[in-house]
Amino acid sequence: MSKKDTDVKSPKGKQGSRSKAKIRMLRRFSQLFFFCLFMFLLFETEFRGTFGEGNADVVRLDYPVSIFLEMDPLVAFSTAISTHGVYNKVIWALVIIIGTIILGRFFCGWICPLGTLSHFFSSYKPEKKGKTRVNANHYKGWMSLKYYLLIAVIVMSIFTSLQTGIIDPIPFLVRSLTVSVLPTLNIAMRAGFDSLYATNIGALQFVADSGYYLFESNILSFKAQYFNWAWFIGLIFILVMLINRFITRFWCRAICPLGALMGLLSRWSIFGMEKDHSKCDDCNLCLLHCQGACDPQGNVPWRQAECHLCFNCEVECPQDVIRFKFFPNVGKENINIDPDWKKRKIIASAAAGAFALPILRSSTGLDRNFNSRVIRPPGSLDEKEFLARCIRCGECMKVCPTNAVQPTLLEAGLEAIWTPTLMMRVGACEYNCVLCSQVCPTGAIWKITEQQKLGQVDMDGNQLDEAKPIKIGTAFYDRGRCLPWTMAVPCIVCEEFCPTSPKAIWVKEEIVTKADGTEITVQQPRVDVDRCVGCGICEYVCPVQDKPAIYVTNIGETRSRTNQILLESGTYK
Amino acid sequence: MSENEINRRDFLKRSSKAGLAVAATAGAGFWLNSRNEHPRQTLDTSGGRIYTVDLPNDTPQMIVATGGTPVQLAQQALAALGGMETFISPGDIVVLKPNVGWDRVPQQAANTNPDLVKTVAELCFNAGAKKVIVTDVSCNDPRRCFRRSGIARAAESIGAEVLLPEERKFKDYRLGGELLSVWPVYTPIIEADKIINMPIVKHHNLTRATLGMKNWYGILGGRRNQLHQQIDISIADLASFIKPTLTIMDAYRVLMANGPQGGNLKDVKEYKTLIAGTDPVAIDALGSTFLGLVPEQLGHIKLAHERGIGNMNYTEVSTRNITVE
Repeated sequence: MSKKDTDVKSPKGKQGSRSKAKIRMLRRFSQLFFFCLFMFLLFETEFRGTFGEGNADVVRLDYPVSIFLEMDPLVAFSTAISTHGVYNKVIWALVIIIGTIILGRFFCGWICPLGTLSHFFSSYKPEKKGKTRVNANHYKGWMSLKYYLLIAVIVMSIFTSLQTGIIDPIPFLVRSLTVSVLPTLNIAMRAGFDSLYATNIGALQFVADSGYYLFESNILSFKAQYFNWAWFIGLIFILVMLINRFITRFWCRAICPLGALMGLLSRWSIFGMEKDHSKCDDCNLCLLHCQGACDPQGNVPWRQAECHLCFNCEVECPQDVIRFKFFPNVGKENINIDPDWKKRKIIASAAAGAFALPILRSSTGLDRNFNSRVIRPPGSLDEKEFLARCIRCGECMKVCPTNAVQPTLLEAGLEAIWTPTLMMRVGACEYNCVLCSQVCPTGAIWKITEQQKLGQVDMDGNQLDEAKPIKIGTAFYDRGRCLPWTMAVPCIVCEEFCPTSPKAIWVKEEIVTKADGTEITVQQPRVDVDRCVGCGICEYVCPVQDKPAIYVTNIGETRSRTNQILLESGTYK
Repeated sequence: MSENEINRRDFLKRSSKAGLAVAATAGAGFWLNSRNEHPRQTLDTSGGRIYTVDLPNDTPQMIVATGGTPVQLAQQALAALGGMETFISPGDIVVLKPNVGWDRVPQQAANTNPDLVKTVAELCFNAGAKKVIVTDVSCNDPRRCFRRSGIARAAESIGAEVLLPEERKFKDYRLGGELLSVWPVYTPIIEADKIINMPIVKHHNLTRATLGMKNWYGILGGRRNQLHQQIDISIADLASFIKPTLTIMDAYRVLMANGPQGGNLKDVKEYKTLIAGTDPVAIDALGSTFLGLVPEQLGHIKLAHERGIGNMNYTEVSTRNITVE
């Protein structure tokens, strides 16, 4: 295995690798293309106020922005288990599932945007070179962790708690970029451009304006966005990227439950590697460039379930030992189709998944004493059904025009980490907006129209005589902080912004006494609990800046049969 | 000489480097310390913004046009005022300030009629305006407001520029008001050559009516939600600060209740009327009557009258009524 061996290449081998090199170029092109497509769709997950043709009343996005999530086989598989159904466009996951059954894990090497990022950070001027890199790219026992993680989260899905999204690469990447990376870029770029603009020097202001003009339809969102615990999500993302510098594609090899699932599906694959062990002279060039740690080298069977189909080994091999082909030799010495998992650990991880849920739910927070300030987006299903669907991808957070939709940390319990909640002090729910429900890939926020949100038609599309709008909560006054109630000062900004018609906030004129003893007539606001939809714009605009005099809690939310105040709104239908 | 021993040359070199570092740090420290001032905001120009033009003596101060479409109303009202050329000079940058406060469609009458905005923009271009800017600082998400009000599409179809408010373009201005001394203002609006205020008449619970002078709330950023505490004075302050070239008030559809954003078509009454003119107080006073009010009921109209911004006794100003067939 001296260096000299690697230098010796037969003319035939050279020729071969040149034509074989095309497939690597093709793969790189595919990775770049799908990564760009992924980013484009993420940038388009925002209503930018384009005033094109079409019905101007109805605000929809121009592209199927959630398609990467909908094509994710793990999203399809786990929600099918947790909900016994496949929601809307998630059926598109069949494309990847069938492709994987036929070809193996092509998704990992050719499409997955997190895989592409990991690939780049692993292979661009790598820290490890030569022998250490070859050694590092041998398959290791700990790489089977991903199978056990998959088993644990799938068992949790059986018990209707969907936890896959936390480590599923597509939701993981969408969430990390939405909540942390893009807001960080926004803050940094805006700070730069705005400080140029603030100089009042024409040329610099032109630079700032040009910067906005260039980036306002991609990196820059309409307004700077802020997210709950963004730094924490960002830190995890940085660690996942950073670890590639030490262990090639660590996430893909050891963590990724989607990779594990596709590794299992690849056992029926009719495409794979065939090795001519006799030709191998142990130059290890294949290992040096291996992404999946699937043991491409000679004299050991290829681990089919680990291979990303990156084709580096075939391209690099100077002796033509490695060939990818349809219907390869499936002899034991050539292919190992079983993942490296141990029966005992399978049982242990299944048991861990089974017990995790009762442990999580034995805490208060779901069945008892649910946090009153966790306000789910309009259209959301009842909490338990919601938890069976939400993959924490953050699409709803990306698309929300007011930045109201925020990831929870522990507000809704550990089980519901990074699920969406509305924080009305950041932004309120736009009365006529249904974009979060339009982009939700799994129906945790069920797809609704404006008419359904306003209650003009029911969920089956039947016209209603009396509007029953979707409520996400109810507003309450803190009269001790309210200006007309306590401070003898006119205000009622809440009433002005209340979007229902007739308004849910109504006022009564009262003569009150000021501190100096003089009298003044003020309008004191009150909430009509029946009309209030919980949109929270009153809380958003309340001039008591620090802790508003009106606030929304989730009582009365349409999605719940039990979380109700009034007798008639709690009826079972 | 062993390696550990220091020679004279080294000694001088190293101590002078250390000395320089100490001097530089200390110098920088004391210099920065001497700059230690309480942070103060720098403010832009003070004083009012006057966009009015000198008019021929026979120009009526107010036109009340009724009937027909918003397009006809705008065209005929402006013709009766002597044509847009009277107000707009060739090469002017004109800002139209409609009310685009809310995420509502035109039928709900919460925002200025889009056809009206389009026609006025067209008249400005015909009068030689270099650029027509349509903008407002909305209450709801501005992207939604400008789209669903139909105003963005209407304005762009005629070549006007639609500006959604951008944070960097707000600057603190000395408004010089009784209450509003300093406030962030959206600069593209007040940096224009001419401004046409294009409010819509609608119900408002606190002021009783949203009219022309209140429409100037839409040039402000900052803690706008606190202005309600002294709403009459703050409106009068704004009306003192900014004197528009022209006010064109939309009373085509009027939101009679649940204003200022409404939503229920039952609250909308069709008056098919447009008021145009140069006396902002008289126009507001007349506008209030569409809601069944008398001008004396509106504190900010009285205050503006007392300050001499205009005449609240609208019957006293020279008016021409026209009916569009």
